Amino acid sequence: MNKRSSWALPYAIFLVLFVAMPLLLIVMYSFQDASGHFTLSNITKFFSDRDSLSTFALSLEVAIENTALCILIGYPAAYILADKSLNRSTVTVVLFILPMWVNALMRTLATAELFTMAGIQLGKGTLLFGMCYDYLPFMIYPIYTTLAKMDRSYAEAAADLGASPFTVFRKVTLPLSLPGVASGVLMVFMPTVSTFAISEFLTNNKIKLFGTIIQENINNSMWNYGAALSFIMLIIIGLTSFIGRKDNAGAEGGAI
Amino acid sequence: MVKKIFARLYIAVILVVLYAPILFIAIFSFTEAKSLGNWTGFSTSLYASLFSGQMQNSSGLISAVNNTLIIALIASVIATLLGTVAAIGIFNLHGRKKQAIQFLNNIPMINPDIITGVSLFLLFVFLHFSQGYVTVILAHVTFCTPYVVLNVLPKLHQMNPNIYEAALDLGATPLQALRKVLIPVLRPGMFSGFILSFTMSLDDFAVTFFTRGTIGLETLSTFIYADARKGGLTPELRPLMTLIFLIILVLLLVINIRQAKMHKANV
Amino acid sequence: MTEHIIDIKHLSKSFSGKEVLSDINLYVRRGEFITLLGPSGCGKTTMLRMIAGFLDPDEGEILLDGNPLVGVPPHKRPLNTVFQRYALFPHLDVYDNIAFGLKLQKIPSDEIDKRVRKVLKLVSMSDYEDRDVDTLSGGQQQRIAIARAIVNKPKVLLLDEPLAALDLKMRKDMQIELKEMHKQLGITFIYVTHDQEEALTLSDTIVVMNEGRIQQIGTPKDIYNEPVNSFVADFIGESNILNATMICDHKVSFIGHEFECVDEGFGENVPVDVVIRPEDIYIRRSQSGTQFSGTVVSCTFKGVHYEMFVDTDEGFEMMIQDYNAFEPGEKVHMLIKPEDIQVMKKERVDNVIPATVGKEGTVQMLGENFECSTEGFSEGDKVLAHVPFDKVDLEDDDEAGKTSGNVSFILYKGDHYHLTILTESGEKVWVDTDDIWDKNDLVGINILPEDIRLEKAEENE
Repeated sequence: MNKRSSWALPYAIFLVLFVAMPLLLIVMYSFQDASGHFTLSNITKFFSDRDSLSTFALSLEVAIENTALCILIGYPAAYILADKSLNRSTVTVVLFILPMWVNALMRTLATAELFTMAGIQLGKGTLLFGMCYDYLPFMIYPIYTTLAKMDRSYAEAAADLGASPFTVFRKVTLPLSLPGVASGVLMVFMPTVSTFAISEFLTNNKIKLFGTIIQENINNSMWNYGAALSFIMLIIIGLTSFIGRKDNAGAEGGAI
Repeated sequence: MVKKIFARLYIAVILVVLYAPILFIAIFSFTEAKSLGNWTGFSTSLYASLFSGQMQNSSGLISAVNNTLIIALIASVIATLLGTVAAIGIFNLHGRKKQAIQFLNNIPMINPDIITGVSLFLLFVFLHFSQGYVTVILAHVTFCTPYVVLNVLPKLHQMNPNIYEAALDLGATPLQALRKVLIPVLRPGMFSGFILSFTMSLDDFAVTFFTRGTIGLETLSTFIYADARKGGLTPELRPLMTLIFLIILVLLLVINIRQAKMHKANV
Repeated sequence: MTEHIIDIKHLSKSFSGKEVLSDINLYVRRGEFITLLGPSGCGKTTMLRMIAGFLDPDEGEILLDGNPLVGVPPHKRPLNTVFQRYALFPHLDVYDNIAFGLKLQKIPSDEIDKRVRKVLKLVSMSDYEDRDVDTLSGGQQQRIAIARAIVNKPKVLLLDEPLAALDLKMRKDMQIELKEMHKQLGITFIYVTHDQEEALTLSDTIVVMNEGRIQQIGTPKDIYNEPVNSFVADFIGESNILNATMICDHKVSFIGHEFECVDEGFGENVPVDVVIRPEDIYIRRSQSGTQFSGTVVSCTFKGVHYEMFVDTDEGFEMMIQDYNAFEPGEKVHMLIKPEDIQVMKKERVDNVIPATVGKEGTVQMLGENFECSTEGFSEGDKVLAHVPFDKVDLEDDDEAGKTSGNVSFILYKGDHYHLTILTESGEKVWVDTDDIWDKNDLVGINILPEDIRLEKAEENE
């Protein structure tokens, strides 16, 4: 029934209008001045402005650190959850996802308040902790799904061939779970590099991240510069997802 | 054995950290103090004022909750319908057309919220579309529909391709075949797509923030953000969040335990 | 009421330029069990789907009781289909699956009830009406699929390889039940299968198909005993297919000997193919009364009979079935009776490839330039290139050939293989070779200049 392929048409139109065109508009606005003339000034402004550049660098740094932290903490957790000899209940897995249903801003505010109560100065340390707290489930879940779906016989075969438990992990389990790590990285890195409200709350506005500058520019009607900053972020996203996709060939994104 | 204890401990520590802020909110929902973290003795008055609407910022919070629910409901219904029809179409497409539409479908899922928000903001500005309810709903449909497509497509792949033909063969018109066979078979995928859309819409902040315009439309997220920027959260948010968390906790546990039981019964 | 319930006239269908059915003409008699038999890709399922209405033909007509069916949507055709993978509705139980069609017809519920129960009894699944379909075994699901179709009392029941997904034992049982059901119901069955044994067991009429064309129509007996070409002979049952020469009426020569046969009208000294079924060759230890001799190569017990391969003294390999075992290495003597030799006209005696004469000494064919003598022709002439079967060279490495192709059909001819190669350019080349190739092998194709003989093409293009 070839006619049913035409059912994709409304959504195709929708995607062009609400996905493709808005992205093109970001590109268009970044190369225009306020009166709509072509200009490179928005881009040159970014590269000549020390503040923007350092914020950009800091955002990348925080995002990379946060992603690394999430892998470091999340991988063992996912491994334990997926190992049937260590954890037999799916309820534990649900417990990890559950906090995501509580408003993220509210949770972040409470975290910040907890730090204040404990007498910890809000700053980069609390920012990293808070972000890791917010995004950890997004790292655990995809790794857990790949590990849980993994055929146990690979590890058994390796053990049978004389590999020690550690070698089994290093040579078999870890490489096979990399697609899950890759989609976890995509799900953590992208949002952290662009976060804005969360970083404000966690540092009491002391540290500005790239997302905050975009938001400030857009809100202050500096659309063209805001668009240019978004354009630069789009390039970063394009690059990471391209690299991610290479590693991620054949992996499925786990829906919750 | 040591390994097991260590593993349990590790999981427990992470869970404690994950739940600490939520517990914190829940505990301090039982005290009257205006600011979070200040214990002024046990009281249920925040719950009382939440339900009676007798609070300082009452109209604001209640309308924010209403807006959040209405937007989430409308957006996820539209996303489910649009996404299901789209998935059937995509399933029957081949080659480059299929790749193109799947590529576009992936973009809102990969894009961070802020990019989706800014880009849609520019679209509405460009089209001189006045921003408000409609634009927020359209924006939410944009980032929800891909998840519906992603949940329905596997059901189509699993489905016996002859099922639709079998219905026609037994005398069903194409419309009857859709209603009596195709939709029921796709229903689990549509349902999980709907739930996913609904929760993402509920939780969204950035996209709403950029597409709500200047008419003063607030959802729960933007309300909390504005509140926090002003300094000091509306105290009634604490009981509200506690209740939302409890409802979801119970719902998820019930669903999971039932699934586990059904699974056992089938095995 | 005519005798024909279905008439198919000049039916053709192509998928993206590739012809899957070409000019099919067929009629189905009322009440008969007719089987469309052929290897996968022969067009049998396409034909069934066009009868059911899931596909429209490019050309041609399908008539049901004399009324055109093409253009009538599937839900308005009084035919029902049993699908290969059952296609039961997973969200409905057994009862609702069977009642699906009746409910759509708005039949009163007590009548539906009666009919569902009756048909459940017919497929011996009476106690299963409340069961979820995915809790049933494959065989049970297939019964429900059949029940769901016949409960609507279709004029014709279409069955698309309904038993292919079942295991052997279940398949045999279901074959008997299907045959029984056909007798009881009196409905016309059109059955599609690639299993020749199934076709021989079940059918009143068999339609053998290959590459979009009907090869032979007949009763199982006709098809088995008198195959019209080497494809049918090879596809149905085991057989020895050999190159032969019809010396004159009632006299044919093959494997280096002359035999008496019952065929006539082929002409004199005409190359033909002969088919001899392995059970029709008599094998003896003593020479008296036999026609040729050989040595046993192998002997395998097959349950009822032994299957032996014998090398004749002249170097041909024959498959022979007999109730007695002969040991490998044993000297044996054979006899073939005239009525057991089936003589077939050869479809072709050499390759005839459409070509265009190119620059001096070359000819363009199969999408490439080949060298050959072009004396008497000038550049641009349309010609036919003749290449003997045994003069086409095949190379392991497809790069080593002028052009390449895939082995699409293999026929053993006693002392060599006759291969059909589908070339890159989409044409067919036939090759005689002693080398062993597998189906779907990618091969390089070379032809020496002296083996290409050009002939002027007819001027009607």
